[in-house]
Amino acid sequence: MTLIAKKLNPEIVIKVQNLRTQFGRTTIHNHLNLKIHRGEILSIVGGSGTGKTVLLRQMLKLEQPKQGSITIFGVDINHATSEQVAFFRSRSGMLFQQGALYSALSVFDNVAQPMRELRILPEALIKDAVYLKLNMAGIGPEHAQKMPSSLSGGMIKRVALARALALEPDVLFLDEPTAGLDPDSSESFVSLIQSLHKELGFTVVMVTHDLDTLFALSSRIAVLADHHVIAIGSVEEVIQYQHPFIKEFFLGARGRRALTVLDKDNYGK
Amino acid sequence: MLNAETPQLHETQPDSITVSGCWQVHAFVDGSLMHDISHELTRLSQRSHLQWNLSGISSLDHIGAQILWNCWGKQKPAHLILLPAQEAFFNRLAAANSLTIPKPKKNRLTSVMQLGMVVLGFLAHLFSFTALLGQLMLDLIQVLRHPGRAPWKEISANIYQMGFRALGVTALVGILIGVVLSYLSAQQLRTFGGDIYIVNILGMSVIRELGPMLAAILVAGRSGSSITAQLGVMRVTEELDAMLVMGIPHGLRLIFPKVIALAIAMPLIVIWTDAMALIGGMFSANIILGMSPHFFIQKLPEVIAISNYYIGLGKGVVFGAAIALVACHFGLLIKPNTESLGQGTTTSVVSAITVVIILDAIFAIVFSRVGY
Repeated sequence: MTLIAKKLNPEIVIKVQNLRTQFGRTTIHNHLNLKIHRGEILSIVGGSGTGKTVLLRQMLKLEQPKQGSITIFGVDINHATSEQVAFFRSRSGMLFQQGALYSALSVFDNVAQPMRELRILPEALIKDAVYLKLNMAGIGPEHAQKMPSSLSGGMIKRVALARALALEPDVLFLDEPTAGLDPDSSESFVSLIQSLHKELGFTVVMVTHDLDTLFALSSRIAVLADHHVIAIGSVEEVIQYQHPFIKEFFLGARGRRALTVLDKDNYGK
Repeated sequence: MLNAETPQLHETQPDSITVSGCWQVHAFVDGSLMHDISHELTRLSQRSHLQWNLSGISSLDHIGAQILWNCWGKQKPAHLILLPAQEAFFNRLAAANSLTIPKPKKNRLTSVMQLGMVVLGFLAHLFSFTALLGQLMLDLIQVLRHPGRAPWKEISANIYQMGFRALGVTALVGILIGVVLSYLSAQQLRTFGGDIYIVNILGMSVIRELGPMLAAILVAGRSGSSITAQLGVMRVTEELDAMLVMGIPHGLRLIFPKVIALAIAMPLIVIWTDAMALIGGMFSANIILGMSPHFFIQKLPEVIAISNYYIGLGKGVVFGAAIALVACHFGLLIKPNTESLGQGTTTSVVSAITVVIILDAIFAIVFSRVGY
């Protein structure tokens, strides 16, 4: 893919080492280690307050860890030059939980924003590219001039996904991609991410609570508990691990229901 | 900076173009590369019967594909060599071609109609402002009937926020205006030998006009904007709707306490600003005219009728209530987006100050025979 990534590390896109996060006196992460491989869909799960979203935000350099390092494309993002950070930012996309669309801009301008920010693409090309991205995300061109406030929850997520994918990033971060969607649109959103992942081959780091989404998308699952990653691997591997949280989360009534629908030729493998 | 990853076009044989390098959007960011390539492509697009060989492209994305696609006139050229993996990109682009993009609707309003819209908009503001005032009166009657149900805690909190916290800035501005006024008028008075009239000038202008005006302008900027922003954010986060659903009326719990609190706090701020401006003026008079503070204080009640003071306080009450009402009015009109929030806050402060000045003019006319 990219030069820097190729030279330094062919396999591992993101490497979290010995991470420690503290808010005041509360420890969130301690000795947290995590490696994310190219092209996989890694899901981070954990009870509430275990710092899943914080970890995601740290990977995006929105928050600083107390100790430890986060290496993306072979560069420690907390000790990177501004060019390296700019490069990493242009190669990663984030889908925020509430969409985080710019409410003052139309759907079209929201998706065009990252392209215009490069200041090299002609406006005619941007126009074609935006309609293409909206089309990929399942938004018809008739919605392009609408404002975000007049969109439904599912549409907001789709537009936000189109915006996150505007520059076709190598890494896509998803924070609760299906939270707040009805089962129908959540299912179609999952298959949308699946098909785009197949087509564009990006790496996905996802935080989710929704077991259906989790089982449908993840190639690997990382379980956060006791301040670090207690288990990482495929669904089958993770549920073997003995821990009260895993037992409750995967093997409770909700988890068993979702596991029964998990068919053998699961997408991620 | 040319290397294997740089997007490149070569005419290897006559009429045969080989495309190589990394055709992903981030590869084009370097320098004038995008300019050169698009220049080259525009030149090539004029030639027909070219053979395109894309097998040398190391990686492609949709924007890179779009650049080539647009050069080909949005269709596949007759002679094209593609890798199987690249096929999908161009199939997608071909599919997107068939999308019908609706044209943005034109604004069909003529200038006369636009003027009409402005007038209608103004009338709508006036209407909802009147409704707000009416609701406030109804709330006031309800509170007078059942004083136990009044939002006393909110009123008290608002007095602290909008009154007590404003003392610092009003003191500073008050003192400075007093000093400025004193220096300005002292120069003029000295030429006529009318030094003693500085007490009249300072007393009259500060107590009757400047004190209430300064306080009102500062409070409009400080508390008016915060009221509007607060209500606006509550609209964005649906807190306003949540209150309605729980049966908590906006009027009694949000607007009433703010208006009452500012109507109570403003006259107090006016007293404070008056005092500070007079102190500033008094000490300046001591420095430039050698007038002792003792004389100043003794002379002040003799030359300024007490009714001026009451007018100043009355202005404070009215200005305070008006600022809070205007701020609430604009706060409730904010739509759930960031632009509306910023615009609403600006309009609120500007309108509040305008309303204060209009009210001040009304005061000046109505009380033109009082206090001289």
